[in-house]
Amino acid sequence: MASGVKPRVKVPKKAAAGETITIKTLISHKMESGQRKNDDGSIIPRSIINRFTADFNGQNIIDITLEPAISTNPYFQFDSLVPEAGEFTFKWYDDDGSVYEESKSITVG
Amino acid sequence: MNTTKKLTSALAIVAAAGLTTAAWADPDDDNLVINEEIEIVTETAAPAHMENVDTIYSGWRFRSDETQAVQMDDFDNPAMIFVEAAAEAWNAADGSEGKSCSSCHNDVESLKGVRAVYPKWNEAAGEVRTLEAQINDCRETRMGAEKWKYTGGSMAAMVGLISSVSRGMPVNVAIDGPAQSTWEKGKEIYYTRFGQLELSCANCHEDSYGMMIRADHLSQGQINGFPTYRLKNTKLNTVHARFKGCVRDTRAETFKPGSPEFVALELYVASRGNGLSVEGPSVRN
Repeated sequence: MASGVKPRVKVPKKAAAGETITIKTLISHKMESGQRKNDDGSIIPRSIINRFTADFNGQNIIDITLEPAISTNPYFQFDSLVPEAGEFTFKWYDDDGSVYEESKSITVG
Repeated sequence: MNTTKKLTSALAIVAAAGLTTAAWADPDDDNLVINEEIEIVTETAAPAHMENVDTIYSGWRFRSDETQAVQMDDFDNPAMIFVEAAAEAWNAADGSEGKSCSSCHNDVESLKGVRAVYPKWNEAAGEVRTLEAQINDCRETRMGAEKWKYTGGSMAAMVGLISSVSRGMPVNVAIDGPAQSTWEKGKEIYYTRFGQLELSCANCHEDSYGMMIRADHLSQGQINGFPTYRLKNTKLNTVHARFKGCVRDTRAETFKPGSPEFVALELYVASRGNGLSVEGPSVRN
């Protein structure tokens, strides 16, 4: 696991049924591109988050492929429809195989 | 009448002729409220000791709307990643005494208001101390830990954490009494031209704020927003690192971060922002 990785998510706790809400996500990650060289001239191996997904009650709402040119601490903001109460699950896939997960529940009323 | 005022009236004439240009832009009129609750004063009357400026503005007012927006919510503010790391360091014991910051200071909220009054005269030490110097003094004498690098990542993050609890409070550094001679020295440095380009702080930040220096929109050089997350280097930057960058850009040999010269300059520049809100950790370009 890359060091200092911590996922963060901001989801409203409550929404009206059928409302569109804004979700913000951020994961602290170095996003080493694999293009840089260290002091002795050898290439620093690529280490990035390569995929990000968000699901709502098991249904996928967004699936993103990340490329090496994306800067450190990738931040995503997107909108989602909330048809019912439930749980958002967020997953970040690291190059080294680690998967970082975070979930947030939302009530309708 | 100072140069900026003359230029502003010149701009008014140009504007009347329908020939406005963005290159002569004064600070904008936006309001800064962080997390929809902390109201930040970004414009106020200049403190009495300032002879050539009537109104002081936070650097936030000179940035683009996109950059401004990033600072308006802690979730969006990338500086908060560093502040969170500092909050962990706050509770982590370090050094031979087995103490952490929280061993003496409990919650970081107990330091609310501290950022607003630093740099500050330290009676026991007989000198003006910056927050960074005070942190290192705590680490060395109370914790028995290694000093942090003055402009390093751990230091910038800790100052950011301590600043964050004072946000919205007015900057109010004391410039009289025992601090006065240090303040005078800082003022002298502020108005002294340095380097091959022969520029003083005042040439850009007092005479020419609001103008463009090539692609950069010159602010008043206020430090109420420090430490600052800069988009150009994606990390928190300390006041002295910024001073160093500015002096270097005049093509001068710079003073060292933590040197008596920069401590004096920090006190003087901070005093020019007396009345603005503590804003750090802020976001700039």
